[in-house]
Amino acid sequence: MGFFFEVLIGGLLSGVLYALVALGFVLIYKASGVFNFAQGAMVFFAALTFVGFKELLPGWTGLEESSVVVFWLAFALALASMVVLGILTEKVVLRPLVNQPHITLFMATIGLTFLVEGIAQAIWGANVRGLDLGITDEPIEWILDSADMIVSKFDVFAAALAGILVASLALFFQYTKVGRALRAVADDHQAALSIGIPLQHIWAIVWAVAGFVALVAGLIWGARSGVQFALTFTALKALPVLILGGFTSVPGAIVGGLIIGASEKLAEVYIGPMVGGGIEGWFPYMLALFFLLVRPEGLFGEKHIDRV
Amino acid sequence: MTSAATANAASAAPYLSINNVEVIYDHVILVLKGVSLQVEKGSIVALLGANGAGKSTTLKSISNLLGAERGDVTKGNIEFKGQRIDQMTPNDLVKRGVIQVMEGRHCFGHLTIEENLLTGAYTRSISRADLKESLEKVYHYFPRLKTRRTSQAGYTSGGEQQMCAIGRALMAKPEMILLDEPSMGLAPQIVEEIFEIVKDLNSREQVSFLLAEQNTMVALRYADYGYIMENGRIVMEGAANELATNEDVKEFYLGLAGEGRKSFRDVKHYRRRKRWLS
Repeated sequence: MGFFFEVLIGGLLSGVLYALVALGFVLIYKASGVFNFAQGAMVFFAALTFVGFKELLPGWTGLEESSVVVFWLAFALALASMVVLGILTEKVVLRPLVNQPHITLFMATIGLTFLVEGIAQAIWGANVRGLDLGITDEPIEWILDSADMIVSKFDVFAAALAGILVASLALFFQYTKVGRALRAVADDHQAALSIGIPLQHIWAIVWAVAGFVALVAGLIWGARSGVQFALTFTALKALPVLILGGFTSVPGAIVGGLIIGASEKLAEVYIGPMVGGGIEGWFPYMLALFFLLVRPEGLFGEKHIDRV
Repeated sequence: MTSAATANAASAAPYLSINNVEVIYDHVILVLKGVSLQVEKGSIVALLGANGAGKSTTLKSISNLLGAERGDVTKGNIEFKGQRIDQMTPNDLVKRGVIQVMEGRHCFGHLTIEENLLTGAYTRSISRADLKESLEKVYHYFPRLKTRRTSQAGYTSGGEQQMCAIGRALMAKPEMILLDEPSMGLAPQIVEEIFEIVKDLNSREQVSFLLAEQNTMVALRYADYGYIMENGRIVMEGAANELATNEDVKEFYLGLAGEGRKSFRDVKHYRRRKRWLS
């Protein structure tokens, strides 16, 4: 039983990371109806920019690379880059395409993916880099002692961080003026325009927030598996999460992430041996497919309200 | 002329005036072919006409919502309180007090009624207490909304949604509301209720209204002045009570034939009023 819980907890904690990436998709989809395929590239760009600045800063300022100041300076610079990237995307790519069909916008974000990947590597190079957040990936001792389970310190830290991020985003959406305006824009662009909500500002804010989420996700993923091109593929893992949780729901992204994380690990351990293993890679997609058949709007997605 | 009379003439410069406005959609479809109309401060003006006559387009050219539908004002000008407003963004216009309530209500379906109303105050930077006061004011005019305040707007009735849309516009503290087809798809009793509230807002809050309507009979009963549109032009105008008794209006818009049916050949044709100065 201890082993079961160990796998479950490990799965849930890694699910939090999927949720983080999925969150970026949800934010943009909710506010502008665009499925931003470039979210994965943004995660990669964010992590690479952070590591790049962290390496450069000691040379500029004469501080130690491991110092806290350098960490936060690099974080601030990376965040600023993400905000600029987000606002530029809105101005250059999406604004000229206002009122075009969804598929056009979607294709534009696919193009954006390659552009962002290319720019990131052109600036910072294509080498795999390590990223140290100062939290080691080792078991928490008292859990190991008392319950004989291995629970990674790093995973718990990542989960807590994601939890805080999500809670604050949810509060922002629910109770602030801008948050309300964001939801209003998501519901009906025309009506939002008619009551004087400036759509461009709102979209710029959303892209900036999505950039921030991408940065946090990039840091955690990067610290776990190195900052490398493969980070962009983590975005693909967010797809089943979105289908499960619903494209329009912040809590959905979290719960979806947890379910995907837990189920893929459990499936690998318990069902894997029966079919020769390696099912972790495709199990989430199968789960998503099943969900599409049963509940297409996802667990928490907004149902399309139609009066007849 | 005495000086008092001149001052009076100056202040009588039209509150909202549209001069010879031409609107083209998608660079090719000519929808408004030179429309001119005026709204006096504190009045209710009805813009009447059949489907596709250009009523909504006229309203959208004022509120500048055409851009999002690839429409363009290609000629003419629009003035509000003596200032040109045809290049302003909807955001600026709402701040200046001109707001449109769109046809088909367009409430934010997944927001509650109260959240819908709160978004209406987006352009105003006001304190929590003032916001609360504005909200109470809207609830005072639309008591029905108060009882549904926590329901998602998408699940409320058509009448409630129309009230929500008007209430949302009120939250912006407008001086002039452009109301597009408030009666659309509503039961006659609800239509009456909504027009009563419009009249009430007009007299008590001094909000001027320009409303586009197909329901000519009701609109003329509540309006002070009316314009009738056909094919992108204004073909007739007059005080509301005069229009309501005009034989041709009765025949074609009110469906009240005087003596039997008339042949279309005998119908008097109205020519567009030419305006040489735009």
